[in-house]
Amino acid sequence: MNQDVKACPIIANHIKVALVGQPNVGKSMLINSVSNAHLHVGNFSGVTVDKTEVLFDYKDYHFTVVDLPGTYAFTDYTIEERVTHDYLCAEEYDIIINVVDSTNLEKNLQLTAELLTMSKKVVLALNMSDEADKEGLEISAEYMSELLGVPCVKVSAATKFGIDELIELVASTHSGEKIAPKLVFSEAVEEEILRITSYLSKHKYQAKNSYRNIAINLLKNNKKTYTQLHDNPIWTELQPILIDASQHIELHHNCNDIKEAFAEEYAAFNRGICAEVVKNKQVEEKKTITERIDSILIHPILGIPIFLFFMWGLFQLTFEIGAIPMDYIDMFFGWLGDTIGATISHDDLRSLIVDGIIAGVGAVILFVPNIIILFIGIALLESTGYMSRVAFLLDGFFHKFGLHGQSFIPLVTGFGCSIPAYMSARILKNDRDRLLTLFIIGFMSCGARLPVYVLFAGAFFSPEMAGNILFAIYISGAMMGLIAAKVLKMTAFKGADEPFVMEMPKYRLPSLKLIYHTVLTKTMMYLKKAGTFIAAASMLIWFLSNYPHNLALEESYATKIENAATPKLKFEQENHLAEALLEQSYLGTIGKFSEPVFAPLGFDWKMSVALQTGLAAKEVVVSTLGVLYSLGSDVDEENNSLMGAISQHISLASAIAFIVVIMIYLPCLAASIVFTREAGGIRYFFYLFAFTSIVAYIMAFLAYNITLMIV
Amino acid sequence: MKNLLECEKGCKVKIVKLNAVSDLKQRLISFGIMKETVVEVLEHAPRKSTIEIKIGKMRLALRAEEAELIEVEKV
Repeated sequence: MNQDVKACPIIANHIKVALVGQPNVGKSMLINSVSNAHLHVGNFSGVTVDKTEVLFDYKDYHFTVVDLPGTYAFTDYTIEERVTHDYLCAEEYDIIINVVDSTNLEKNLQLTAELLTMSKKVVLALNMSDEADKEGLEISAEYMSELLGVPCVKVSAATKFGIDELIELVASTHSGEKIAPKLVFSEAVEEEILRITSYLSKHKYQAKNSYRNIAINLLKNNKKTYTQLHDNPIWTELQPILIDASQHIELHHNCNDIKEAFAEEYAAFNRGICAEVVKNKQVEEKKTITERIDSILIHPILGIPIFLFFMWGLFQLTFEIGAIPMDYIDMFFGWLGDTIGATISHDDLRSLIVDGIIAGVGAVILFVPNIIILFIGIALLESTGYMSRVAFLLDGFFHKFGLHGQSFIPLVTGFGCSIPAYMSARILKNDRDRLLTLFIIGFMSCGARLPVYVLFAGAFFSPEMAGNILFAIYISGAMMGLIAAKVLKMTAFKGADEPFVMEMPKYRLPSLKLIYHTVLTKTMMYLKKAGTFIAAASMLIWFLSNYPHNLALEESYATKIENAATPKLKFEQENHLAEALLEQSYLGTIGKFSEPVFAPLGFDWKMSVALQTGLAAKEVVVSTLGVLYSLGSDVDEENNSLMGAISQHISLASAIAFIVVIMIYLPCLAASIVFTREAGGIRYFFYLFAFTSIVAYIMAFLAYNITLMIV
Repeated sequence: MKNLLECEKGCKVKIVKLNAVSDLKQRLISFGIMKETVVEVLEHAPRKSTIEIKIGKMRLALRAEEAELIEVEKV
């Protein structure tokens, strides 16, 4: 009870803020600076795809800030834009903070103009004022407040400049009277507004909004305002006035689209405002830094090779640098197992802790260095602005496969984790394109699959080659994804193409702090998963692989082991026993039962089991293999690592087929749930299951047999 | 009269007309692609499948199909 009171003592001091702005103006970053939250931040349109609430206290106020997805205008073009528009129109909130990019004011004010017709209190945050300073742009916030009739304040989310002023301003605006914003239109429009307002006042029309506001919304064909007035008796007389007014305005703008006419009105107004308040001290350079970088990175011939080189470099680094601490981590868990094992006298308990938990969790933790490097690579791609360039370069190529250039963004996100990737597919407008992208995302191998690849690449190839193999796995996965997209586009998702219009953000040097936070959050999530979910799964797998006990089998071997002539023979007998015990365990039974299904792919029952447990999470594949091979394999001195065990027990052809299945088959349980939600129905999950399983099986079968023929 | 796709790299032109259907037209307008606006062609992707233009201070990528719908004239 007490806590509830603490959270909200006086309701009057509670301010609910809606944070609105065009894409990539730094809304999420602003929230992070205000409240020390760690919302995901990137340098491309569409990082935030769903609304997020952040709570914080400032002086006597309790703030709830709702971070809304960026929107260029109220057009409801994409799902994320609809989220914003619906929220602004239908939800309860006290005030809007409109975040704008100071370095591109004129374009950003286009949305502001629409917000001002909403009859809500608005505060304008002129963000990125540090960048504007650097570019020699001098903006007068005071003059702008005066001209717009809306309080404006210069801030910088990156340097935390002006943050306190912004909060103060929000608080004072919230408690103050609402002032009508000064949005001035051309003479023709003003004339028509006057006609409508005088008509409304003549008939003493009762309304919450100002007459001017109603008039503007009527002229803009706002549906809600229409329905409100439609049942009123004055409608019959108002209608001809409106028709006449629309014709007048359209004639004035030489077009037959009232929305286009209003967009032009806003643009003209914004041009005027910018001319007044922005002073450009620097003579504009012929080419900005961004354009100079672009002339190389999106060069018609060099662009794609450069991109491929970056990706190749990333996977080389992932393997090369990631391998350095691996031996130490491996040694640590070996030592930990021995040390802890020595203190436990109970056989089963020792086995549970050493062979179950430590082997399982250790196998997953081993790959943390690789994961960190991959996450750094993706964070750089997201935060520098290069992502949109690649979308630009690849759109033509993607288009041939029935995909959209912007599909690239969810697809790249998919290399990190499929869950945010499924979410970010919302930037695609067309449902068909979005579904198609959702089906393909699984082909982009996520970070959790990396451990499996590193394990097998390390087991079968020299360290110099392993990085290349890793790169080849990822590229061939992406290629298979493209081909699958083409097939789906020609069959299940036939239809017209969605247009491609995308903003190319300025290049930015990401701050170390930002990269650090992004990578840290993701790595901690990985570790947390290893400590909880994976540990639990390892225990379960240990149990399933140790029970039921078969005493008869143990006794029959006990005499053999005792009678063994040499220590070597004894050792062999012990291994035979372990192998026999494992095979008749619950897990062995499941494995043996499903073995015939996977036999054409060259998998033994252990691999079959690992694949099935991988349905829960891909890391579990590694921990399952870790538990299974540490229990039942001939562990000798030189070869006690999992890599060694795998290279001894699995043929190259089976290993390749195994990798192929891992690349293609169903993503983890959590990702499947998100997929189902984003696709919009459980039937899509079954489609995905059938689609990936069939493709994985066929491809693995081909890979197995082709490798057998070559080697 | 020519369309935006026909423009060479580096040329500056003024938009005269948008031939897009309503939905796409709104989208273009929300990006600032509207009548009387001056745009500069910055770059072509391989085989001119996509073009990069500059409007004010914003850089924008457009697919060839969309660029063809934008009628322009020399400034």
